[in-house]
Amino acid sequence: MNTHSLLQTPLYALHLEHGGRMVPFAGYTMPLHYATGIMEEHRHVRTQAGLFDVSHMGQVRLYARSGCIDDAARALESLVPADILSLAPGRQRYTQFTNATGGILDDLMVIRENNSLLLIVNAACKTADIAHLRAHLDSVCDIQPLETYALLALQGPKAEEVLATLAPAVREMIFMDVRTLTLNGVPCVVSRAGYTGEDGFEISVPASHAESLARILLMHQVVWFIGLGARDSLRLEGGLCLYGSDIDETTSPVEAALEWSIQKSRRTGGARAGGFLGAETILPQIKNGGDFSQITRRRVGIRPEGRAPIRHGAPLYADSTLQTQIGVITSGGFGPTLNAPVAMGYVPPSHAAIGTPLFTELRGRSIACTVSALPFVPAGFRRSR
Amino acid sequence: MTVYFTTEHEWLRLEGDEAVVGITQHAAEALGELVFVEIRPNGTVVKAGESAAVAESVKAASDIYAPVDGTLIDHNSALADNPAQVNADPEGEGWIFRLRLTTKDQLSHLMDAAAYQAFIHKA
Repeated sequence: MNTHSLLQTPLYALHLEHGGRMVPFAGYTMPLHYATGIMEEHRHVRTQAGLFDVSHMGQVRLYARSGCIDDAARALESLVPADILSLAPGRQRYTQFTNATGGILDDLMVIRENNSLLLIVNAACKTADIAHLRAHLDSVCDIQPLETYALLALQGPKAEEVLATLAPAVREMIFMDVRTLTLNGVPCVVSRAGYTGEDGFEISVPASHAESLARILLMHQVVWFIGLGARDSLRLEGGLCLYGSDIDETTSPVEAALEWSIQKSRRTGGARAGGFLGAETILPQIKNGGDFSQITRRRVGIRPEGRAPIRHGAPLYADSTLQTQIGVITSGGFGPTLNAPVAMGYVPPSHAAIGTPLFTELRGRSIACTVSALPFVPAGFRRSR
Repeated sequence: MTVYFTTEHEWLRLEGDEAVVGITQHAAEALGELVFVEIRPNGTVVKAGESAAVAESVKAASDIYAPVDGTLIDHNSALADNPAQVNADPEGEGWIFRLRLTTKDQLSHLMDAAAYQAFIHKA
């Protein structure tokens, strides 16, 4: 890719100043890591606090043309399987844009604000997502991409004490709470969430004020700048899906083990059952007492034996003869917290139970693996006050 | 003590008709902390440019090539428990494998330290 065509986030100069090793990612030039490297950055987030620039992600606000926010919520429910209507102001929910065949176009966070919905979508999908929203919701919603906002993530067990120095109110927030708070003199949308499996916050800040906010956060000794490399290893240990690897247009939310994000109201028999793209495929897939008879594969956590990382694309077999492939690794690498390789992949429901032995192939050798519970590292979320 | 370098960022230290091989400081920094090093078994006959070992970092797997034709005769067993030793001392305690050279003729294709420094600063 021609580096001259790459976009820069508002923190580009700050990344260079901090020794960021810049790489192309989703059309942007982004830091893969800084001077200390991925392993140290990963461990720092698990024990201290890390600041991530995720300004490449898309932020889109939806307003109801009627002026009634519930109309926007109902409209969005035609594109996602989550319950948006009952989402309380100041709360957010994880969901997916589905397609007509039950696949996933993107995964996203939906924030319920007082008079609008704020959607946080993946960088690589944001142009298509905005077109999708406009194609389906234009008559009901005013769709406004936030072009002049940066997005920062402050993650780790020390995130709260650091952010509380700017806004003590963050101490009152729990996991998935969202508030508009004044940070460094500027109103920001702050959510208590992230993509690391740790407690932490995501901060939507005007681009013009992003660098000064980042500098103030980085003045805290416990806060390190963290690149995309550690972001990937952290989310993998956290059992979180990467769009394009673990989920895509061919995987359904149930195959991806994401049915926890489909609330009862949207399931068969619920108050607003179905009504989203692919519902007739997806809803019958949800396990209802019996087996997963409607799906042929299921996303699971996988622990390979030994120390060698098993990576995206590696085949999975039921036995060590490696005769018949039954599945594939969709994310894999080394988990610095476990000091061991970790992976996620798809296997038939018959092989998805925790403890099931599997085998993969690495450089011509058979490697034994075990289906393991996700997340690999216990989540550090603040679930109650 | 004669040390040679390759364009793939291996170093080779000649010891009689044997050689110790590792990756350069430059390569170790570029790879980041290693989490696993797999070396082909002793007795494996390798050609120059053929993969003799694989170094895995958190992010990626990278081949380590035989700088010249030879037979693998030993490997750094300390790396099994502590692969990051390669990062700590890539051109010393972090050596990867030992090779018996098939011929010394190929050494003339490799770079000396000065040429390697020039090579990485140009790249």
